[in-house]
Amino acid sequence: MKKSQIILFILSLLIWTFLTWPPDIQHIIVGILVAGLVSYLTGDLFVKRPHHFLSPARYLWFLYYIPVFIWECLKANIDVARRVVHPDLPINPGIVKVKTNLKSDTALTFLANSITLTPGTMSVDIIPEEGILYIHWIDVKDKDIQKASEIIVRRFEKILSKIFE
Amino acid sequence: MMKRLRWLIGLIIIGIIFWLIFNYPFTSLLEWQSKGLERAFFVLLLCGIFCLLRIMLGPTPADRVVSIDILGILVLGFCALLGIPTGRDWYIDIGIAWALQSFISTLALAKYLEGRNFDE
Amino acid sequence: MNELFGYIFIVVGISFDFFGCLGLVRLPDVYNRLQASTKCVTLGTSSILFGLFLFKGFSAAGIKALLCIVFLLLTAPVSAHALARGAHKSGVRLWENSVCDKYLEDTENE
Repeated sequence: MKKSQIILFILSLLIWTFLTWPPDIQHIIVGILVAGLVSYLTGDLFVKRPHHFLSPARYLWFLYYIPVFIWECLKANIDVARRVVHPDLPINPGIVKVKTNLKSDTALTFLANSITLTPGTMSVDIIPEEGILYIHWIDVKDKDIQKASEIIVRRFEKILSKIFE
Repeated sequence: MMKRLRWLIGLIIIGIIFWLIFNYPFTSLLEWQSKGLERAFFVLLLCGIFCLLRIMLGPTPADRVVSIDILGILVLGFCALLGIPTGRDWYIDIGIAWALQSFISTLALAKYLEGRNFDE
Repeated sequence: MNELFGYIFIVVGISFDFFGCLGLVRLPDVYNRLQASTKCVTLGTSSILFGLFLFKGFSAAGIKALLCIVFLLLTAPVSAHALARGAHKSGVRLWENSVCDKYLEDTENE
């Protein structure tokens, strides 16, 4: 067994236990069989760098990331509700280009997800080799790459690079 | 001026619907104990009707696919809400299965949109 | 006490759902609609599920509701991203009062 397969086994067993809550012995045995089969077959596909799962600092940064994310989500929802019920529809949309320093696939996925759920922005396309994201912005404040990156990306980039890079 | 008028007409229609939802004495369908939740269902049904309206009117196929995606997430919320007054735990299982199916079908429809040009 | 907080979460979630679907009807083009409805409906449904968790506690339905929240927060932005990309590639243009479209410029230059 490789390291990545063991990590995938633990994760899938955890999800199986949650799905068949409350845990009893029959469900656990079936779960061990199924999770073992799945992790043996697809171990290398999902977990690329298993040593990242062992450092506790990343989990602490992830715990710090959750309240920041929920707060931004709430602001986004109130902003959208204000724009939708306003009689004049105060929108000013456009697609802008931003640049990021993140490299790994997981970090880029989480960055795109966070951008989609935060105020006024939604990721349209992504070029992972150059670190360029195209973003649909409902209220364009600046068309320049540098300034748009300052406004949109910098909030999350620092935390996400601590977690995933 | 025309915009404001349309906004006002829409506000009046939505106000009438909300008045009907919160003031009409519904006869209890499944003998639920909580009256408040029973009315919350009708607000979610109104959301579903908005989605169906966008499916009907949408000028491009992309609008319709977006609407189907949103309808799938709404059904998940509906299943979760249905579990509280009836006290049955398996409604949330239906919700999980529906959300998975909806996600996969949305990805397939997005791939289908990407592979074809509507101008040419 | 838990039931009171559950009711508050459910009411907030349903009102966010309503605003999201109102945005689906009112806003002028695909991208704006996608943006408003994805944000509002995702957080609204998550809030309803959290209300269900507060009602049921750590029973089978409550744990499944928590799992559903994680699943929804991971998948809804991904499907929105795929839909926006597919719509742009299928030739749907932005609203005529839009400011700029850098993506169209870059894809036409290639």
